[in-house]
Amino acid sequence: MKKRILAAMSGGVDSSVAALLLQREGFEVIGISMDLYDFSTVTRNRPGTCCSLDDLYDARRVCDLMGIPYYVLNLRDEFRREVIDPFVKEYSSGRTPNPCILCNEYLKFRALLRKADELGAEGVATGHYAVIRRGEKGKCRLFASPDASKDQSYFLYSLDSERLERIRFPVGGMMKSEVRRIAVEAGLPVFEKKESQDVCFVTDDSYTAFLSRKGIQEKEGHFVDRKGNILGEHRGILRYTVGQRKGLGIAAKEPLYVVAIDAERNEVILGREDETLATGAIVARTSFVAGAPPASEFGATVKVRYRHPGVPAAIRFEGGKLSVRFDAPQRSVTPGQALVLYDGNEVLGGGWIECASV
Amino acid sequence: MRKVYLDHNATTPVHPEVKGAIAPFLSEMFGNPSSIHWAGRGVRKAVEDARQEIAAFFGCQPLEIVFTSSGTESDNLAIKGIAYRKGNAGKHMITSAVEHPAVINTCKFLEAQGYRVTYAPVNRQGIVEPDSVRRAIAKDTILVSIMHANNETGCIMPVAEIGRIAREAGVLMHTDAVQAAGKIPIDWKELPADLLTFSGHKVNGLKGIGGLIARKGIEMEAVLHGGHQERGRRGGTENVMGIVAMGKAFSLLREGMTEEVRETRRLRDKFEKALFERIPDLVLNGHPTERLPNTVNISFRFVEGEAMLLNLDMVGIACSSGSACTSGSLEASPILMAMGADPVDAQGALRFSLGRGNTDEEIEYAVDATEVIVDKLRAMSPLFRREAKAR
Repeated sequence: MKKRILAAMSGGVDSSVAALLLQREGFEVIGISMDLYDFSTVTRNRPGTCCSLDDLYDARRVCDLMGIPYYVLNLRDEFRREVIDPFVKEYSSGRTPNPCILCNEYLKFRALLRKADELGAEGVATGHYAVIRRGEKGKCRLFASPDASKDQSYFLYSLDSERLERIRFPVGGMMKSEVRRIAVEAGLPVFEKKESQDVCFVTDDSYTAFLSRKGIQEKEGHFVDRKGNILGEHRGILRYTVGQRKGLGIAAKEPLYVVAIDAERNEVILGREDETLATGAIVARTSFVAGAPPASEFGATVKVRYRHPGVPAAIRFEGGKLSVRFDAPQRSVTPGQALVLYDGNEVLGGGWIECASV
Repeated sequence: MRKVYLDHNATTPVHPEVKGAIAPFLSEMFGNPSSIHWAGRGVRKAVEDARQEIAAFFGCQPLEIVFTSSGTESDNLAIKGIAYRKGNAGKHMITSAVEHPAVINTCKFLEAQGYRVTYAPVNRQGIVEPDSVRRAIAKDTILVSIMHANNETGCIMPVAEIGRIAREAGVLMHTDAVQAAGKIPIDWKELPADLLTFSGHKVNGLKGIGGLIARKGIEMEAVLHGGHQERGRRGGTENVMGIVAMGKAFSLLREGMTEEVRETRRLRDKFEKALFERIPDLVLNGHPTERLPNTVNISFRFVEGEAMLLNLDMVGIACSSGSACTSGSLEASPILMAMGADPVDAQGALRFSLGRGNTDEEIEYAVDATEVIVDKLRAMSPLFRREAKAR
């Protein structure tokens, strides 16, 4: 009997080709999309999010072309619980959260694996750009994509070997141009779903309006410098993020940047450009692809946000947390974002930035 | 793969005799029924013959029937047509919490236009209690719209009694009989209602055709303005093939309805009995007896309806679950929620609706498959394991 696999489809070229390659490999492919949010409340057309209604239409058409079944799975409860609620909580504690990582962790590669079990499928495939190498004894390792401009391994660091065993990234080791060529040759539509830069569930123009609907009230407070001197009035901490320069409304001799946010005191701390630099970070809620860190002290290249080129760092693993010291100071090390550890192209693991060290 | 169709409340296959009846309308019978010449005359006759067949089925006058594009359009025509015509006399309407979206969303639209709507509740068995309609009637009530039978649970509503209440109060009564027509007897002469919705594709006719019976003398505003078709009540060239198909389908039902219904009921009862005997922890949603003879709605506790539905689909069994969102994914049924069902049970609800052509063998296959799937999914359910431990 054919082996069955779920292919998470966005209607875009990457996930479509991923599904096609599995079908050619001999899998019984079942196309699925996740219904995460009530998009009927979306008033504005939002291309570039993961799962709008138009995307579902495109995904369904691709599955029709391939002659495979397609289902939309309702995961709204899980999405609210695992992504939206933590997002709101993080924001209100002065951090700038990264919901896409939570969505990968809890929805794509946890809830969907459970759905795979329910549907008798051996695993889940997506159109991510990252490479899984299957070693002996079932140990799996995770690597960045050879197409550096497309690499998405940053968002996938929380997958461990056990889960990677059941996951496939059929286009993960390819160049984008090759993926597009396969799609054209197979007569699949080559929709470019833009990498989502916006948070998909914030459906109007402002985060503050979204957060206030979730019951998070904005409270005005002080801009202060590192020494605690009051520099002016801010309009609520939700409006600011570390590294921000524009829109502060403060007149000063030299440009001022947000260097930190203190939610407890409702203060936004400002400083000169050089004060936005951090020498390291404390990272919590860590996970490692191999299940454990390589050593209690080790060196690695770290990325502190998606698209960060990476910086060598000395790392100490202690009490479940990582204490990271960069070889060179880094700008905008933002609490709430993920820090991901690489050994060359290999993803070792990562965690959430708790605070930057100055 | 073996295919078993147990979703006749969604739609039905076209009856072979219906297929034969519409064949000429794909070739020589192409005329416009409004044309005066030979090409139109024969087609016009076919439309009016169909109207007469359907009138005979319901026991109404042919000219009381307005052809529309669907049950949805008929509901819109009845509710908006009355609201727009009688809006000066009053702006209050009564419907129920478990109506089809064609009724609920039309009412919501009218609410936004300044009308008031009372949504009568249902009891735990899914039935609208006549008293709740009686209590809701106000001085300015212009219309009561209560479905004849519910699409998800099959519950049959006391429409005759509710119609009498409306009539005593001088209020017009509409009933959406899309699911009831062809499954239980409806006698327009005895039914105290003024408007009744039916459709073609639920009775082995074609999709894209419906009708509204409007008692003689009832004035409604048109929803589709256009030509003089349907005596000005619904503009647009007639869907001739749909009308002919629907006429044939209802005439076949008039001849064979009792026999067909008896067979469907026997199979439904057999299916229901076997499931309850072989699978523990099932909940029947809806009234045990006041129910369409083809429908059974069951919650499989500890498993999600979605997983059940997809697994059944993968072994060729078509049924339905809850209601679909815009996206096509499933959510807990608002109808079961309105009945006061446990939200978790509502998530695990499946509707099986039988119809013409189902066989004993199919039912046995469906029972076997359902049992296997429930066992498999329950074995994965942490909820079920916890419960099993507690026992």
